[in-house]
Amino acid sequence: MSPALIPAIPFLSACILMLGWNRIGRAAVSVIGCGSIAIAAIIAVLVAVNVAGTGMQPVVQHVWNWMHAGDFQVGIDLRMDALSVVFVLVITIVGFLIHVYATGYMADDEDYSRFFACMNLFVGAMLVLVMADNLVLLYFGWEGVGLCSYLLIGFWYKDPANGYAARKAFIVTRVGDTAMAVALFLLFQYTGTLNIPGVLQTGAQLWHSGDPVVTMIALLLLGGAVGKSAQLPLQTWLPDAMAGPTPVSALIHAATMVTAGVYLIARMHTLFAASPVAMSTTAVIGGITLVLAGVSALVQTDIKRVLAYSTISQIGYMFLALGCGAWSAAIFHFVTHAFFKALLFMSAGAIIVALHHEQDMFKMGGLKKSLPAIYWVFLIGAASLAAIPFVTAGFYSKDQIIWLSWSAAEGSTGYWLAALLGALLTGMYTFRMFWLVFYGEEKTHVHHKPGANMMAPLYILAVLSTVAGFMELPHTLGHVTLVSNWLQPVLPAVRLVQESAVLEWTSQALSALLAFCGIGLSWIWVMRRPRGMVDFLEMPAIQWLRGCWARGWDFDEIYDVLLVRPFVYLSKVNRRDVIDSIYAGMASFAELSHNIIARTQSGLLRWYIMGVVLGAVVILSVLIWRIYE
Amino acid sequence: MNLHPTTTGLLLAGILFVLGLISVLIRRNIIFMLLSVEIMLNAAGLAFVVASSHWGKADGQVMFMFILAMAAAEVSVGLALILQLYHQFKTLDSDQASKMHG
Amino acid sequence: MILLILLLILLGGAFLSWVTAAKNRELSRWIALVCLLANLVITIGIWAQHPAAGDQWIATYKAKWVPHFGISLYLAMDGLSLLMLVLTFFLGALAVLISWKEINMRSGFFHFNLLFVLCGITGVFLTMDLFLFYFFWEMMLIPMYFLIGIWGHERREYAANKFFIFTQAGGLLMLLSILGLYFVHAAATGVYTFSYFDLLQTPMQQGVARWLMLGFLIAFLVKLPAVPFHTWLPDAHTEAPTAGSVVLAGLLLKTGAYGILRFVLPIFPEASSFFAPWIMLLGVAGILYGGMLAYAQTDLKRLIAYTSVAHMGFVLVGAFAFNEVAYQGVVMQMIAHGVSTGALFIIAGTLYERIHTRNIDDMGGLWTRVPVMGSAALIFVMASLGLPGLGNFVAEFMILLGSWQANRLLTILATIGLVVATAYSLRIMQKVFFGQCERQYPLPDLNKRELVIITALVIVIIWLGVYPKPVLNTTQKTAYYVLR
Repeated sequence: MSPALIPAIPFLSACILMLGWNRIGRAAVSVIGCGSIAIAAIIAVLVAVNVAGTGMQPVVQHVWNWMHAGDFQVGIDLRMDALSVVFVLVITIVGFLIHVYATGYMADDEDYSRFFACMNLFVGAMLVLVMADNLVLLYFGWEGVGLCSYLLIGFWYKDPANGYAARKAFIVTRVGDTAMAVALFLLFQYTGTLNIPGVLQTGAQLWHSGDPVVTMIALLLLGGAVGKSAQLPLQTWLPDAMAGPTPVSALIHAATMVTAGVYLIARMHTLFAASPVAMSTTAVIGGITLVLAGVSALVQTDIKRVLAYSTISQIGYMFLALGCGAWSAAIFHFVTHAFFKALLFMSAGAIIVALHHEQDMFKMGGLKKSLPAIYWVFLIGAASLAAIPFVTAGFYSKDQIIWLSWSAAEGSTGYWLAALLGALLTGMYTFRMFWLVFYGEEKTHVHHKPGANMMAPLYILAVLSTVAGFMELPHTLGHVTLVSNWLQPVLPAVRLVQESAVLEWTSQALSALLAFCGIGLSWIWVMRRPRGMVDFLEMPAIQWLRGCWARGWDFDEIYDVLLVRPFVYLSKVNRRDVIDSIYAGMASFAELSHNIIARTQSGLLRWYIMGVVLGAVVILSVLIWRIYE
Repeated sequence: MNLHPTTTGLLLAGILFVLGLISVLIRRNIIFMLLSVEIMLNAAGLAFVVASSHWGKADGQVMFMFILAMAAAEVSVGLALILQLYHQFKTLDSDQASKMHG
Repeated sequence: MILLILLLILLGGAFLSWVTAAKNRELSRWIALVCLLANLVITIGIWAQHPAAGDQWIATYKAKWVPHFGISLYLAMDGLSLLMLVLTFFLGALAVLISWKEINMRSGFFHFNLLFVLCGITGVFLTMDLFLFYFFWEMMLIPMYFLIGIWGHERREYAANKFFIFTQAGGLLMLLSILGLYFVHAAATGVYTFSYFDLLQTPMQQGVARWLMLGFLIAFLVKLPAVPFHTWLPDAHTEAPTAGSVVLAGLLLKTGAYGILRFVLPIFPEASSFFAPWIMLLGVAGILYGGMLAYAQTDLKRLIAYTSVAHMGFVLVGAFAFNEVAYQGVVMQMIAHGVSTGALFIIAGTLYERIHTRNIDDMGGLWTRVPVMGSAALIFVMASLGLPGLGNFVAEFMILLGSWQANRLLTILATIGLVVATAYSLRIMQKVFFGQCERQYPLPDLNKRELVIITALVIVIIWLGVYPKPVLNTTQKTAYYVLR
């Protein structure tokens, strides 16, 4: 099976749906939209089997030459190796489930066809991103994902606010893309190629550890990654991206888009590994982001925004893992996160639809009785996100990161503490949401229950969110290493400095304990509301702080004041183009001098005579003076 | 004060010329302006005659004949123009005929 | 000979459509269209025969004109001219089509002017005699003046005058430089000639070369346009009729870029590299400043016009980077910008025909009303912000990749221009197509004729974006010889 078909089929179906516009019936749109992703998934599985069967030999397919000039040449080349296979499988399978779910969620939307066209395009672009054999094609997918996020966040374009959210997402990620583009220029300058294997190979020979050039490149690539993956300082677009329909959020958060940064760093890991500065920067960004976003998630009222901040926080974990050199741990967390985050988003979507598009958690409550099926799947997802030990996938993946953030060669106690704090926060915000939504009194009445096409994907994801964890078990618990073994040909194993089962146990126990603490705290906070705590929360300083957190630590405000407003102000002031006034000035100078000289043409005969006389006098006096000289 | 006759003649011509000039400049009545121009022409003619007697040559006197002829021609054209002007503007004030300003 | 025929077809068509319009308006439109399509077919035929331009020169034609002064009718075509001609006739045909219903007043004279301006452009792209080049350069000017001045919008006379004065002033400087070059060449070799190939080898003193080069350069910078000579462009583009805007943005600006590639770089290599950083700086200034101005506009056509300033900045950056990647990128940019901006002007024009306003504050929510037009606009907006998969990305990426080797700081600034491009491009979508439609305009979607135009443009821009190989192959030789 040809790998090129995997992205080609979603692209083709997007074209069909786009051209068909509203002429294709809804049923046909559903079949084409979901079927294309299903076919892509099947082909992906076949290719994966093929890759696995040939001893992890990457499959590379050259489709055609894209650009060439001088010694620069890139093609449309697709590559399937261990790393891309993992991403492709997750993208197509989770993407397929989201598509199926969307047939229910979007059933009444007037732009049904456009929606599926964009979704297919999104999946296709993401597939190109992870399958690209050269960085320019990767950039193609990278920007394509940006475009699709723009189209889908702004899907309900009639509300200008959605359009602005979409535009923000596009522009903010574009800032990161710019950094990445510069990284590509640097890479081409030094390695003379932009093919990923070539770059990595030449780079490994060219740069020793800590070379400033490789640091520069790695940091610029990181800039691209933080943009797409919504990490500090470019995380501001993601919470606003909730303006899109819920399946879109699920797609952005679970399968596509935000994980692109993780993929990029994993793909270019040799460059990062060669630069301690870049590694620690990645880890620090991840660590800070996971804590800040976790805190923000604590105080949100909109259920989707809680999930958005939790995504930022979880991607922060992945960045932390990448920064510690724990490449496969990051990818493992990506996989489990894709399952449980898709699950959570889609169950949240089901709740939102059931409550007449109500997203405020404080207007929900008591849904355990009215939506029992959702209750259970949501519980599984939440448990996985909060990393409840032993039975959830999230536990195994996150726990691995927490342990490695300390024990890996590039790890440190600081990272470890941040990760533990994150575990506490995750437990708190996840279950705060859970209690608010499902317990307490019913505030909004459920008006219709999700159909089978929405529930089936949830059940599948619920299963995956549980069993996916067993692919990789820690030393202390069975020691299964399917994921890291699979990734071995591409991503080297993490270098450990601490290898002690006791310590690992302690770390695991601690993180589990903290998760439970978080859950307990959230129970007290939401359900019990002891008087002292309420008073404490009502204090003005705390109120302000909560507001600040709810607004995402006021990053938006800061960027607005520092960048957006000056730009808008400058451009508005200069709308008429100050340079044009130079030319306008020249024109009015000519006009002015015309006016002055035209005045002497008075039409008065005697003035003319006067002029003649004066002229004659001047000439005569000059002549006489010259003669006497 | 003992002046050479040539100097006296030239002085007279100069005074006449300046008088005519001033009169052209300050008069608004176009007939008077024409008269003043005639004075200036005659001043120039006088200067030619004086110069001719000074050098003892007839050239200057010939020149004066030209000036006379030209002045006659000029007056005939000028008076015709003045008549037209008077018909058009019902005035002889030259400042009223300032339509050709820029 | 075929090159002369290209010119004669346009010239003949121009007079013919003028004459026939008095009797039959439709016929004059058809004549114009057929002439342009015939030329398009001929040039594509040539392209198909010479896909990779084995030798640099594909076809030449030479005839004596004024041998006494060394002036000849010298036409030659290489990969660069070939591509430019294909673009010229493609956009020219679309320009005729788009004005099918828009232009009803004096349509014969309109088509005469349109074909005449295209003839001038064709001449500029083909001629290898500097005197003839100047002749064609001026020949583009006057019909364009009429196109803006007669069929334009409200402030057409102001715009037409401004356009004329700017380009004429630049053109005169170029004439000075051409004459200077002519005499310098004669003084050095004793041969009085305007032939490009002879002048190419003119030995010049450094200072002289720099002054002469500046004369050429300013003419081309005005045409391109580069900051600070750009201010004629927004007025001219905004006030021109749709076809005029398409020809202006798509083709006339390209003559400036072409002039730089064809004359400035090869004739004055030393002077070019001496001024290169400053000119690249002008390019970057254009990218950022033009982008900022574009963002602020409320007039849709003016907004698009300023995006041209930004995009042509890339041309300047790439042309003076002196390497093959950037050079090829510049050629791509000329074509891709011609197509994408032409398309945006066409969309703005079709919108104006329907709702009689260009003010984006009066628009909004139009996607619901005109979904096909909205989707087409989306594609070209994305092209304008440099989305991969569309032609402009290939161009801008190659330009930046190449210019990085020449000047890093300026390349970084130019790359930041991509973010600005995102801001102003998405503003079009946001203001025009997103949001609620408050006014009840009678608003039919694209009709068949417009659909044909837009589809052709969409296909070309995607083709350029995913399979630019034919274009790159064609200019490979030219790039190689120029930068040798």
